Amino acid sequence: MKMPLLKVEGVSKYFQDPRSKNEFCVFSDLSLSVKEKEFVAVLGHSGCGKSTLLNIIAGIEKSNGGVVFLDGRQTVKPGLDRMVVFQNFALMPWLSVQGNIRLAVKAAYPEWDKAAINRRVEKYVEMVNLTEARNKKPAELSGGMRQRVGLARAFSVNPRIMLLDEPFAQIDALTRGVIQQELVRMWEDTGITIFMVTHDVDEAILLSDRVLLMTPGPGATLAEEITIPFSRPRTRDRLVEDPAFFKLRDRIVAFLGHRQAA
Amino acid sequence: MSNSNPSTLSVSSAAAVPPSGGAAAKKRAMLKAVDPGPARSAAGSLGQRVGGNWMVLSLFCLLLFLALWQRYSTVGNEKFPSPVVVAEHAWYFLSDPFYDNGPNDQGIGYLVGFSLGRLAVGFLAGSVVAVFLGVVLGLNRTLFKALNPYIQVLRAISPIAWMPLLLYTVQNSGWTALLVVFMASMWPTLANTAFGVNNIKKEYLNVAAILQMPTLAKVFRVILPGAGPAIVAGLRISMGSAWVAIVPAEALLGSLGLGYFVWNEWNNLGIANVIFAILLIGAVGVMLDMLFNRLAKSLAYTD
Repeated sequence: MKMPLLKVEGVSKYFQDPRSKNEFCVFSDLSLSVKEKEFVAVLGHSGCGKSTLLNIIAGIEKSNGGVVFLDGRQTVKPGLDRMVVFQNFALMPWLSVQGNIRLAVKAAYPEWDKAAINRRVEKYVEMVNLTEARNKKPAELSGGMRQRVGLARAFSVNPRIMLLDEPFAQIDALTRGVIQQELVRMWEDTGITIFMVTHDVDEAILLSDRVLLMTPGPGATLAEEITIPFSRPRTRDRLVEDPAFFKLRDRIVAFLGHRQAA
Repeated sequence: MSNSNPSTLSVSSAAAVPPSGGAAAKKRAMLKAVDPGPARSAAGSLGQRVGGNWMVLSLFCLLLFLALWQRYSTVGNEKFPSPVVVAEHAWYFLSDPFYDNGPNDQGIGYLVGFSLGRLAVGFLAGSVVAVFLGVVLGLNRTLFKALNPYIQVLRAISPIAWMPLLLYTVQNSGWTALLVVFMASMWPTLANTAFGVNNIKKEYLNVAAILQMPTLAKVFRVILPGAGPAIVAGLRISMGSAWVAIVPAEALLGSLGLGYFVWNEWNNLGIANVIFAILLIGAVGVMLDMLFNRLAKSLAYTD
């Protein structure tokens, strides 16, 4: 069997309450794996610790045990092989669209000359349809456009895996659908593996190959794994005509709702 | 914004408000590090609030001031030069600013130039050191806490108070004047830089970490631009205090410049020239401040 691209083994995270000094467990002994070119979503309620899990995989948060492997090698710190797309975009507000992408390209390819860097930047600005807005600052852009920059920045360094942290949560519903389709297109074009955390059931079904359901914290676990049966290309319109979509959706909602109540 | 940032900082300039919103409470300790801005900026922001009438009011104040001055010089103290006399003296100096009749008699343009040159050298050196130390302290909370008490003590000392010691140590009045400017330039920039760097949003540093930026690239591409508005606010205050310090330094050290000119004219009892020099010092200071206002605008950013 082929080795998974990303392997998380027995990862635990504890937080200490600053007032009571009580430790509580966000999750413990959590394991998962993601295959090359796969699109995997972790679906769970807000505050279940799924962003913490993503940050640990990214290396920007420390775990209290467990190991993260990428390409069979243990990861110890953040790196260009695991690009994060943040919920709040995390763009440098003093840089333009181009400037933000250039920052990443320059960091990833320090040996490139200016022309090569510019070509790369231009290509990815174009990929997310921001050519006209390329000189604008993030503050002048809508949420959707900002996240396009976030996606372009992440794709532009050609990482092994993309870690998407509720990437569309702060984008209005109308724009969200468009960017979701763009993400799928970029994923298919580049063949870059995607690991996403989200609390949006429809989004998880629409985008991913496999959904991991995370129970609410403290002491969250990955309780169930669902392979999404719908063929690609998927569109929201087509999905809502399929009774199987609602069955799956109801099953997930019931699962999460049930766990929530427990 | 206002409650999450030091009020002293927002007084100094609207553009000076560091961009990061939250995380303010734990930084309370750092607030002390921020110097209050110059009063004229506060007056400026007040003016914006009352709309267009401020120009009329401003002009009225000027006329009132000139009228009172004129009256004092005619009925109060007849030896005191009237505005007209000062204007005549000013015209005399300004009409031929660049003459050179030996080391003690040079045009006012040269004198301003000497003062500005001294300011530029001392200020640049002080700012480079201050920004460097500020970045180091801003990135290292322990170091900041350890050194902050000394910074507070040092910045409470008037740069002029250092002068005898500096003069005794370096034995050279030219170097002493530069060092006084250097000392005056240090503290607000240091404190504001440390504050700005410490307040950079964690997410920007996370991006830098994910991009595996080397330390220098991180400093120049993320940390300095991120703290840019706070740093410029500090530089602006520093420039103000350096310009304030340069006048007594030159006067006491006899270094050719505006401060020397004031003292020299006082010794000659040339009160009209003293008043002219006072106004000129003020005017140059305002122009310097305007330069920094521009710089602040070009570095400002909104999240």
